[in-house]
Amino acid sequence: MSDAGTGKENGLIRCDACPVLCRIREGMTGACDRYGNFDGKLTRIDPVVVCQKLLDGEGDLVPFVGASETWDGSLISDAPTFLTGIGATTTYPDYKPAPYIVASEIDGVDMVTVVSEGVFSYCGVKVKIDTDAYIGPEPAAIRVDGEQIGHVTTAEYGSQMLAIGGVRHLTGGTKKEGTVTCNSMMRLCNKEAVQMTIDGGAEIIVQAGKPPIINGVQEERMRVGCGSATVGIFAPQWKEHVDEVIVVDDHITAVLSEHQAGQFIDMKPAGIRVRGRRSTLGRYFQVADHGAGWGGTDISDPLEIIEKIDPKIAWPGLRLLMVSTTGQDAAWYVLDEDLKPQKQGMPQPVQKVVDRIGENCEPALCTVMFMAGAGGSLRAGVTVNPVRLTRSVKDTLTKVTCGGAPVFVWPGGGITLLVDVTEMPDQSFGYVPTPALVAPIEFTLDRKLYEDIGGYSDRVRDLGEVVGELDNVRAVPWAGKH
Amino acid sequence: MFEDPSGRFLPDGKRFQLRQGPIDLIIEAFGAQDQIARAYENAQARFQTILINLAKELGYLRKDLRYSNGSPKDSVAQRMVEACNGHRDNFVTPMAAVAGAVADEILDTMIGSADLTKAYVNNGGDIAFYLSRGSKLNAGIVGSLELPKITATCEFLHDFSARGIATSGWRGRSYSLGIADSVTVLAKNAASADVAATLIANNVNVEHAEIVRTPACELNPDHDLKDRLVTRRVPKLERVLICKALDRGQTVAKSMLEAGLIEGSFLYLQEEFRTVGEIPGQTMSVK
Repeated sequence: MSDAGTGKENGLIRCDACPVLCRIREGMTGACDRYGNFDGKLTRIDPVVVCQKLLDGEGDLVPFVGASETWDGSLISDAPTFLTGIGATTTYPDYKPAPYIVASEIDGVDMVTVVSEGVFSYCGVKVKIDTDAYIGPEPAAIRVDGEQIGHVTTAEYGSQMLAIGGVRHLTGGTKKEGTVTCNSMMRLCNKEAVQMTIDGGAEIIVQAGKPPIINGVQEERMRVGCGSATVGIFAPQWKEHVDEVIVVDDHITAVLSEHQAGQFIDMKPAGIRVRGRRSTLGRYFQVADHGAGWGGTDISDPLEIIEKIDPKIAWPGLRLLMVSTTGQDAAWYVLDEDLKPQKQGMPQPVQKVVDRIGENCEPALCTVMFMAGAGGSLRAGVTVNPVRLTRSVKDTLTKVTCGGAPVFVWPGGGITLLVDVTEMPDQSFGYVPTPALVAPIEFTLDRKLYEDIGGYSDRVRDLGEVVGELDNVRAVPWAGKH
Repeated sequence: MFEDPSGRFLPDGKRFQLRQGPIDLIIEAFGAQDQIARAYENAQARFQTILINLAKELGYLRKDLRYSNGSPKDSVAQRMVEACNGHRDNFVTPMAAVAGAVADEILDTMIGSADLTKAYVNNGGDIAFYLSRGSKLNAGIVGSLELPKITATCEFLHDFSARGIATSGWRGRSYSLGIADSVTVLAKNAASADVAATLIANNVNVEHAEIVRTPACELNPDHDLKDRLVTRRVPKLERVLICKALDRGQTVAKSMLEAGLIEGSFLYLQEEFRTVGEIPGQTMSVK
């Protein structure tokens, strides 16, 4: 069996696993869909056969896509292997035991995992977009293909927040609204890019784990904070090297010497007045707007924002740093004999702090959190007494996961969970025409507890046996922090 | 160097799977136990050289049949050319019939070597089957892979002349020039059904700014479609465009029916459904 191909030509790999001898491009698979070219390596991506070979005791070890270690036969019986609900299907009506109830040993304790795909009519997606750009007013409608799928909800620090989905958009409106809502949620949860428009706002493209694109412009970084926050963090690091710092921002522009942060380190007033509306000391609104210019504002020359320089206060030789809240744009000026700012090369100690601002800016991303209630009849596939499952979850005796990814369970009634879709395997989500979303869900608990809560103990089967029998198993590296 | 062709029973102990490279066959034979065993043995034996011999002819098989000279030596390749001959008024390469041709070859091996009441060879959805008098085959048709449910069923009896079923659509494994979710064709053998489904699906098409198409060779440098544009994404379309696209495919299917190249066809695009030909025992499930 080949695991290296027979050679590369301009990024193509020739596969020699079968007589067709496909030439495969990066990221694509060959005609069989079982071998592909990933990161320049010929890789086998067909775990069904591997599992079979392992159980039959024949065959070589085969690297999986994305896995850094080779699959070791003992993984099935000894090392942590977790069967997710993806592709598990679901049993209907819900009171039939879930498709897979598997037992395995973890740390010497006998555990049971109940595996199913849940059909969620009550679910939504919460999106966090790392930007301070204006995307629309609260609570403006968010639309895909003209249908409303959610609304803009209250903004958070450095983020705009979207609330998408929910049973009302899924089933309370027209069939089209429901289908579009369901389809948009599914795509967001499967980490695909979704284009949306916001009433009275922007056109945005959201994709989990990727930077947001707002009105065609990709956001690069989160600001370290507004101008005021920036001086609040870095003031002491500038102290010896500057006479004034103006941090330019489309929200709050700060003037260091006037700001409390500057006063605390005994900076002399510099007499440089910026335009805009002063809020509290050293903090100015409406100095600049969001744009494609300096530091994400609409300014191209930072000196534009200086309204006047007071000759009774300023002095020749005054050293002025102007910097954006992303650290990406900065300029160093020294006032000349006529108190005019003259641009000069930036001294090293000042450049260091400017670079540090940049270093403190995180990449701007979209976060997609799937939120769903598993408090309904789905529980009847786990146990004959659903409320006991709920209680065990609340008492943290039962662990809930989605596609193996850890979830946050909301306090209060029911099992309402929140999960980061980037922690789930690719293509974990499907849908049914109701419309409703289909997502994997697993409950893991101590075997004794499972019996106590009324679980279907006669349906518990050994993990190795279940995996061996499955026609189509996809193995992925453990996402796991747990 | 190559992986050997493999054969194994599926967990039900009835169906047999033969695999090598892109070929993945699920075969089932019906009749006396010893005849079934004989059929599978012979199928497996024949399967050992199917791909390696076919691969030798790939140069010829990837060419537009209108401009090809000579004919191939390999029997599967010959089936492909024969199935495509009836369509050579337009662009067609024998590759359009490859899956069906392999299915036909293995089926013929089985029924030629054993006494069976019924048999089928399913090559990834392209199916060749055999029916003796009195037996029947029930088939379920899934309109869209995105919404996997059975959209229609049909029942094949001995006196209906179809013995091959094939499905083509842009969402499937093979590339399509059209936008059909699926076109399923019934024909006298699987190779004929295969090429017809491919060509009809290619013709289920409209222009739309949001349909994403890519030259086939950018995806697979050796593809027989070369730089022709294959469909990668289809947005939700207005009904008028759906109907326009299906009309075009339906017209092509009708002329194939009239020419005796197919026995019937189902065309499916975004929950709109068309049929061509009289298909026995056909039922449509409620959406």
